[in-house]
Amino acid sequence: MKIAIAQCAPALGAMRRNLEMHREWIAKARATGAKLVVFPELSLTGYYLKDLAADVACAADDARLAPIAEASRDIDISAGFVERSPDAKLHIAQGYWSGGALRHVHRKVYLPTYGIFDDGRYFGPGDRFATFDSAVGVAGVAICEDLWHLSVPYVYAALGASVIFAPAASPGRGVAEGGDLGTAASCRMMDRFYAQYLTVYVVFVNRVGHEDGIGFWGGSEVIGPDGTVCARAKEWEEELLVADLDPELVARERARNPLLRDERPDLVFRVLAERMGVRVTE
Amino acid sequence: MTLDVERGAIRMAPDDLTALRIDEVLVRKMLVAFLRDETLKTGATRLVLGISGGVDSAVVAALAAEALGRENVLGLFTPYRTTADRSRTDAQDVARVFGIRLEEVPITAQVDGYFAGLPQVDRVRMGNKMARERKSIEYDRSWPDGLVLGTSNKTELLLGYGTQFGDLACALNPVGDLYKTQLRELAGHVGVPRGVIDKPPSADLWEGQTDEGELGFTYDQADVLLYHLVDRRVRPADLIAAGFDIALIAKIRERIRRNHFKRVMPLIAKVSLRTVGHDFLYPRDWEAD
Repeated sequence: MKIAIAQCAPALGAMRRNLEMHREWIAKARATGAKLVVFPELSLTGYYLKDLAADVACAADDARLAPIAEASRDIDISAGFVERSPDAKLHIAQGYWSGGALRHVHRKVYLPTYGIFDDGRYFGPGDRFATFDSAVGVAGVAICEDLWHLSVPYVYAALGASVIFAPAASPGRGVAEGGDLGTAASCRMMDRFYAQYLTVYVVFVNRVGHEDGIGFWGGSEVIGPDGTVCARAKEWEEELLVADLDPELVARERARNPLLRDERPDLVFRVLAERMGVRVTE
Repeated sequence: MTLDVERGAIRMAPDDLTALRIDEVLVRKMLVAFLRDETLKTGATRLVLGISGGVDSAVVAALAAEALGRENVLGLFTPYRTTADRSRTDAQDVARVFGIRLEEVPITAQVDGYFAGLPQVDRVRMGNKMARERKSIEYDRSWPDGLVLGTSNKTELLLGYGTQFGDLACALNPVGDLYKTQLRELAGHVGVPRGVIDKPPSADLWEGQTDEGELGFTYDQADVLLYHLVDRRVRPADLIAAGFDIALIAKIRERIRRNHFKRVMPLIAKVSLRTVGHDFLYPRDWEAD
């Protein structure tokens, strides 16, 4: 099952231009025979929006997103946008379109508001983690900071996901001698750890380009449930990365390494419930 | 920050600069991409910078030539009558090595004309005027399709060792997140002439001026201290325990505090419901749709 990753450089606050850019990348992905193309976090709007967030926000069923829905008739599309909820909250959202319609939306739960990040000032947090059927199996979405919280991939795996999509706008930093780019080293460690110990595919989709002096480093990758790198894109440059996902590999790996089968989410739940003073009946 | 298990935890000592070492190949790639992206998205196609003959502007010239092509970079050497001859030959050397055009635009007439008739002008005041005169020329030469590059490094920015709206002014600064010692390391990598890297840093605003003489400490001393204080957020008490000089810590912290105004936009009095600089917060890279 072929999957395409659009490691692109969205224009900040320019949704029409970004829609056009998406159409071009979708066409290229379609030509590779991929069943699905995944775009980075906020791919339709750019990341450091600040007050622009309200200007580019749209409802999940907004006509501005219709071209994406239309393009999803023969290839599934995962792309990022600013969602304005029915009660007018702004969310960093990742939509999943298939067969001409929007099938799933994940709202970023963990909004980093420290260091170079200010998500919590401009956006409201999502309040759930839900899996859905994607072209490459049961999937969960962890937008950038979501993935840094290890409960997120854990919950998705416990819910039955075999693939985790991790769209990101990860700024590159940390240039000490003798190491990888600091951020790249951290991300690669996470991707591989989650993939191997939860026996899932991790699809990390990072963007490139600059916004207000901050550079996004790319380096998108697909890590298999055995912890191997199935495909990895270049750093700092645009690239359409294509990888082959093998559902059989998930099955084989889980047979060999049944960590997930033996996992006790019920126990985790009970321990945490007790800690929070919540009474749990069997 | 990366903690390399094989190298162990970062050591903290006044004479240990190993933690400041950078991956020059990676940094060069990042800075060239920064210059290219951030220039082209504004619609500008040229870069303009002052070439002093020092190491900072030499590195920026090299990065600019690599980012936009040497034919799209203009270097300006803007001497005052006291400027050292060595600065001129070094500036010419830098321009030749990186293949960029260098124009010499003297500032003696306007600076002396302005101060004519004043009895005794403080040399710092004179230096500030010269720095602003130079920047005004760079901005003029950037019209209509160029951007002015800054060359202030992280040490200078933190210490406030620069003239507001003078040498500190620019559209883009590719080296503002590199300490002086890191910039020297990068200079060797990008091919800045050895003589330029090794000479004592100087603003060359008056005869015999050197940065380290004026600051009262060396860049090595400042950089290692700033690195732990700023980048690693180590508390002064812990720095003292690690052997850093208590007076130097106090001096540097006070410089950082006192000069913070140079690192931010001017203050605007808030009276309305939405105010530029306070809560009208749009990104600079706000693109046309």
